[in-house]
Amino acid sequence: MTAPSSWKSSSVTGISGAAARLRAMVATPALGTILVYCLLPVLFFISLFIGRYDVDPVHVIQLLVAPVVNLFPADIIHINPVWTATEENVIYQIRLPRVIAAILVGAGLAIAGAAYQGLFKNPLVSPDILGVASGAGFGAALAILLSWNMMMIQLSAFAFGILAVAITYLLSRFYRTTPTLILVLSGIIVAAFFTALISLTKYVADPYEKLPAITFWLMGSLAAVRYSEIMMVIPLFLVATAILLLIRWRINLLAVGDDEARALGIDTKRMGQVIIVCSTLITASAVCIAGIIGWVGLVVPHLGRMLVGPDYTRLLPVCLLLGACYMLIIDNLARMLTSAEIPLGILTAIIGAPFFAYLLSRRSVGWI
Amino acid sequence: MILDVRQAGFCYNPRQMIFSDISFSLDEQEVLCILGPNGIGKSTLIRCLANLYPLCAGSIRLHGENIGSLPHRDVAKVMGYVPQAHEIVFPFPVREVVLMGRAPHLGFFASPGRDDYAKADDALNLVGIARIADKPVNEISGGEYQLAMIARALAQEPEILLLDEPTSHLDFGNQIRVLEIIDRLARKGISVIMSSHFPDHAFLSSDNVAIMQHGSFMAYGPAENVVTEENLKHTYGVDVSITYSHDVARHVCVPHKAGQCRCRNVQHPECVTAPKLLVPAAR
Repeated sequence: MTAPSSWKSSSVTGISGAAARLRAMVATPALGTILVYCLLPVLFFISLFIGRYDVDPVHVIQLLVAPVVNLFPADIIHINPVWTATEENVIYQIRLPRVIAAILVGAGLAIAGAAYQGLFKNPLVSPDILGVASGAGFGAALAILLSWNMMMIQLSAFAFGILAVAITYLLSRFYRTTPTLILVLSGIIVAAFFTALISLTKYVADPYEKLPAITFWLMGSLAAVRYSEIMMVIPLFLVATAILLLIRWRINLLAVGDDEARALGIDTKRMGQVIIVCSTLITASAVCIAGIIGWVGLVVPHLGRMLVGPDYTRLLPVCLLLGACYMLIIDNLARMLTSAEIPLGILTAIIGAPFFAYLLSRRSVGWI
Repeated sequence: MILDVRQAGFCYNPRQMIFSDISFSLDEQEVLCILGPNGIGKSTLIRCLANLYPLCAGSIRLHGENIGSLPHRDVAKVMGYVPQAHEIVFPFPVREVVLMGRAPHLGFFASPGRDDYAKADDALNLVGIARIADKPVNEISGGEYQLAMIARALAQEPEILLLDEPTSHLDFGNQIRVLEIIDRLARKGISVIMSSHFPDHAFLSSDNVAIMQHGSFMAYGPAENVVTEENLKHTYGVDVSITYSHDVARHVCVPHKAGQCRCRNVQHPECVTAPKLLVPAAR
């Protein structure tokens, strides 16, 4: 609906030339859409090609198309398995689930962060503002301490993540006025409490076995992700994401203030509840399969805003795509940079923080 | 009669009423201007009328139905609320902000369609800010922002417009322009309730005026009856002259400097003795 020329004229002040050009380019419907939407499939395939075990690129392509192509009758077209069993294993049992998980986690954290930034009317909010990460971290640490199996660790992380947000929300209900501010304060209280509990579990954990396991879990990794875990979180994840996408225009209305939103006929309390429930489910799902990964939910929405502006109808879909791309790149780097895998939580910040600082220094974010 | 307010009262805690016993009614196309000193509760009253705060006492009836029992969405279809200027954090384009006024007419999962965009553009044209439709809302001037807020309320297609000090923060020209727009809206059939700090505005564009003082309406009625020298002296503690200006064919309100005499009125002793040099010549 907005012509590229008007975008340019509207972004004269406060937005640097480079960002304005990028934004004008992306705002051009054809080119921008193709650019943003093509990035994910490209990264998806790149991620499958690279890895420590050397798989012949031709074999990767054959492996990927074979299940589809071989659905047709064999006399029309058929791909004979020329790849080794190990190669098949690496692609289908290790890389593919990992890539899918990276997409889910990145997209989920980004959309949850964007939704929270709208709900709290604050561009500096991240998905763990209500304590979901601390809660989930404690759940996992406790489960590791008690020597529960992988499945139980994830369930415990998920449950404690939800519990932390529930406590935050109930705390905020004690106060009748300025609920968003009180929500943030309650989130800080609950996060501090669960962080202390994490420290406690670390303190009492066996320093040779349990403590490293807890520490690594808290730093985040996708190395151990299998299909079973993805299947466990994907239904909730898809439903919550779909709901956020459906109400995305209304998130705009919350961003202008509670009273005004109510004067525009919005049930702000209900909207807040819907956003909190959806974002919490998404974040808890992401954290329980990948551990604690910061920065994605904070930085990606800003990247999205630079590309398509603050309107949530365009921002949320772009956040999904950008979050998935960002996580794929980070995960690929985590796999490839060194011989030992670098935890994701470290890389997201090491790459994300300087990048964000660079964006700020260029004054390319519209809200400053 | 669209809006009927009976013995309305509001309090944050029961011992301290912000206002009480306020009664008035609003007809179609009527413009009601609420005057009163700072901090007397004008904004609170307007927020109560917009169903943002629940009343402690009395009732507000919208088309005969108690406003407290109506969902926000139904109220928003009838009433547009224009708050005092404040900041929007995210740099939404003006058109998107105006488009938000379509919210009460859309379902929970719906996004605005072409029809809604057209109505937002109509509202922008009506208040005359179509040329800044694509500017980020945090980069426009205070006057443009106020007009954008009015446009957003108009996009709601309301029957009543509630304006909380629509002319505050505006320069002289923009104040008059906003009042003219309010006038035009009233002629189009929208009822308006606005609060103001300028008694002159009451003469400019309203049918009825209420003066709020000590937590209630001290006076309520046609502007000529309510905006009097005595009432304004009582409300604001300053001396004013209300005179009829033939130039503009309406009453005007002129404040005095402290101690300045009013030579039109001969019972002041200093007026009798002072040479009558400053008496304005009537045409």
